Amino acid sequence: MRLSRCDRAMLAGADGPAGQLAMRMIVKLAELAGAPELIGIASAHIDGCLYHGQAGLDFAERLVEGGAAVRVPTTLNVSSLDLLHPDRYRGDPETARAARRLMDAYVAMGCRETWTCAPYQLPGRPGFGEQVAWAESNAVVFVNSVLGARSARYGDFIDICAAITGRVPNAGLHRTERRRGQVVFDLRAVPDRLLGEDVLYPLLGHVVGAESGSLVPVVDGLPPAVGEDRLKAVGAAAASSGEVALIHVVGSTPEAPTLSEALQRREAVKVVTVTPARLRAARDELTTAGPGRGRLAGVNLGTPHFSVAEFGALVALLAGRRVHPQVECYVNTSRHVLARIEERGWLATLEAAGVRLVVDTCTYVTPILRDTGGVVMTSSAKWAWYAPGNLGVQVAFASLRECVDSAVEGRVVRDDALWSGR
Amino acid sequence: MTRSGQGAELHGRALLAGEAGGSALVLEAPLSLWGGMDPRSGRISDHHHPQLGATMTGRIVVMPSGRGSSSSSSVLAEAIRLGTAPLAILLAEPDEILVIGALVAEYLYGRTCPILVLPQDAGGAIATGDQVAVAADGSVTVG
Repeated sequence: MRLSRCDRAMLAGADGPAGQLAMRMIVKLAELAGAPELIGIASAHIDGCLYHGQAGLDFAERLVEGGAAVRVPTTLNVSSLDLLHPDRYRGDPETARAARRLMDAYVAMGCRETWTCAPYQLPGRPGFGEQVAWAESNAVVFVNSVLGARSARYGDFIDICAAITGRVPNAGLHRTERRRGQVVFDLRAVPDRLLGEDVLYPLLGHVVGAESGSLVPVVDGLPPAVGEDRLKAVGAAAASSGEVALIHVVGSTPEAPTLSEALQRREAVKVVTVTPARLRAARDELTTAGPGRGRLAGVNLGTPHFSVAEFGALVALLAGRRVHPQVECYVNTSRHVLARIEERGWLATLEAAGVRLVVDTCTYVTPILRDTGGVVMTSSAKWAWYAPGNLGVQVAFASLRECVDSAVEGRVVRDDALWSGR
Repeated sequence: MTRSGQGAELHGRALLAGEAGGSALVLEAPLSLWGGMDPRSGRISDHHHPQLGATMTGRIVVMPSGRGSSSSSSVLAEAIRLGTAPLAILLAEPDEILVIGALVAEYLYGRTCPILVLPQDAGGAIATGDQVAVAADGSVTVG
């Protein structure tokens, strides 16, 4: 492997012990990936700031002690705490203190206090073709697919090493040939009435993740110019049910103006026909609550973090109604989006309706829910996928409209009409 | 793959070299350690996984891949710190996220969880409960 003079100096300890450790990790990753060289990055997004235990804190504090500072603009993913609403946290104080120390360590290294899993909703996002190092699986899919920037699937620890060194292996999705679409998901069997529904998109993502394996998927047959929130939903679901890091959507994402271009003018390895029955099965796979459904305990929205447009849809669907007193209704979002909806007057509207906002973190990664004994509904495939394991709740996946109607009525309301017929 | 008597020897590729020996746990589906393994108990906690509840601690875990979350590095490092991790992880496909987690734990705590990629023709050579020995050169002895 070729290393630049700067790379070699850092490896020899010229930037101090933290730079040396970070470069060692990047070189090890390059060896694993068989990369011929390292390349520079324009920005980084860090997932390691969410507290999973002492090991993550030990590593971050070791870096800080070793003089670590990020070399590129670096955003931070969700943490375990909502610093703007500290009383939302219901875990033990010792874990909260450790989680706060972890946050402080990443800020001390020069990262921006963004605390969001949707950094692509912030101003100044990466441009087409830019090399970046992003962690958090949904953010990786979005930056690759929707923005056309280039990131491998980075994880905890290596993300901050990339930010400290400003370097990553020239491998995987950083390289044009590795971005070639391989498995085509053909949607011609799905009727237009379903393609027009927001709820189709997380379900489609769930199917794409489950059936792509390690291949790069191409979705063909959606209407042109699918909006960013729908693409976000596809990506987040696919990166939960599978290991997907790039999805080409023909007519919507920048490397897929046509199917042929998405495939880099080669043959598809495999074609999967997506049927309404398969999408309905995805809805069942994302629902652990039994047929009787049980008592509705909560509704959780905004995984990944809710956008301004999604808040607009929520306010419209509530239409002045209030959340039922026995239902906890949470929406996860970023500080940045919170400020935007406050300007629009929506924050006051939502709070008056009994909706509780959570920022800096997410209700499926930290103890916030008071009531985990009943059914929790969500319009997020990612929340539905992980919450049963993380929180021990029973989930029911549903559309945003179904979630809002359920929150208001205080019982699980699902409209099966959309799924009847073909 | 060469077979001698009951035993078989597989020549794996060490992503993180080390020695280990113990009873195999063969996962029937890929597992994301984050959201899929509780580092406090060492058990599989993914409700979508067919082996929900199985204990990974002290086993040689054979798995197809480390599907899913980029936080699995942290979970593996924490499990190694707590002593609840597998003795070694044998994969069908390379998984850099797991290797980074094990590497950080080795750096911080001096404990190694070897991670190997098995040869493509090794499918089915190891069954749950088999005694498996992993050597530093990547060779794996079964039976």
